[in-house]
Amino acid sequence: MNEIFLMNGYGVYVWLAYLFTLLSFTSLYLITKIQLLKEQRKYIAKFGSLSRAKSVIAKEQKLNKEILVNTLISKI
Amino acid sequence: MLNLLSPGKIFEISSKSTKYVFVVFIIVLTIGLTESLFLSPEDYKQSHSVRIMYVHVPAAWTSIGIFTVVAFLSIGIFIFKNKNFFLITKSLVPSGFIFSIIALVTGSIWGKPTWGTWWAWDARITSMLILSLFYFMYLLSWRIISDQEKAIKISSLIAIIGAINIPIIKFSVNWWNTLHQGPSIKIIGETSIHSSMLIPLGIMTAAFALLSLLIFLMKFNTEMIRIKNKGLDRL
Repeated sequence: MNEIFLMNGYGVYVWLAYLFTLLSFTSLYLITKIQLLKEQRKYIAKFGSLSRAKSVIAKEQKLNKEILVNTLISKI
Repeated sequence: MLNLLSPGKIFEISSKSTKYVFVVFIIVLTIGLTESLFLSPEDYKQSHSVRIMYVHVPAAWTSIGIFTVVAFLSIGIFIFKNKNFFLITKSLVPSGFIFSIIALVTGSIWGKPTWGTWWAWDARITSMLILSLFYFMYLLSWRIISDQEKAIKISSLIAIIGAINIPIIKFSVNWWNTLHQGPSIKIIGETSIHSSMLIPLGIMTAAFALLSLLIFLMKFNTEMIRIKNKGLDRL
């Protein structure tokens, strides 16, 4: 067990490097995820506030349909 | 080919594939960490400190690879006048930037037990630092320039100029006397690294590549929804 953590005295360097890498991975993922969720929420709120006629026009666009479907699926 | 790079097509693929990429990334990362931290042998010269290689080298490789793709697509923006390419480059840069930082920091941590110093103005390290600065300038250009057309041109120009640094990073160990050793892995020619170390290195490189793909897909979706948000305002 000691061998795994101390690694002949190199443990502190090895664990520090891996800890930094994993922290960077987590931060990068979380920041990107939060940005995506924020934009999705904004989109849903805007779409909800559209008049009936405008929402019909918006729904005709393939990409809008795709965003709505995916946002609702991710909410479920 | 260009149709495959159309925003609609990428959005369609990215929204469906994100969760699968995430699961594969977690599996590959777990195997990679187990291999590199516990199963791979220690080096006869560097002992256990060699394990830092499994995060340092993949981080450097992927950040250089991403910048190369960004530079080629930036040239495409000018040649084909295809402004959709900027959505791809803008979505690739964040992971490339973070990986270049990981390469610098883990390299610095590795340098202390190996060379006895955290930092040296060595040709490879300095050129990697310059790569990070180019990534930073790219991101900064999108932050400070509000006009999209201008931001696309300036950020693309930064990527193209920064591409000059890529061969410098690659050949710095041959052109100058540096603390870094020469290349151990060659595409053409004999690879001098043993398979017991090459396998974890390959798995960790795959994990880095998968994370950059995951971040790219999520970032691309964010950018597309942002554009569509503006479109709803104009209805």
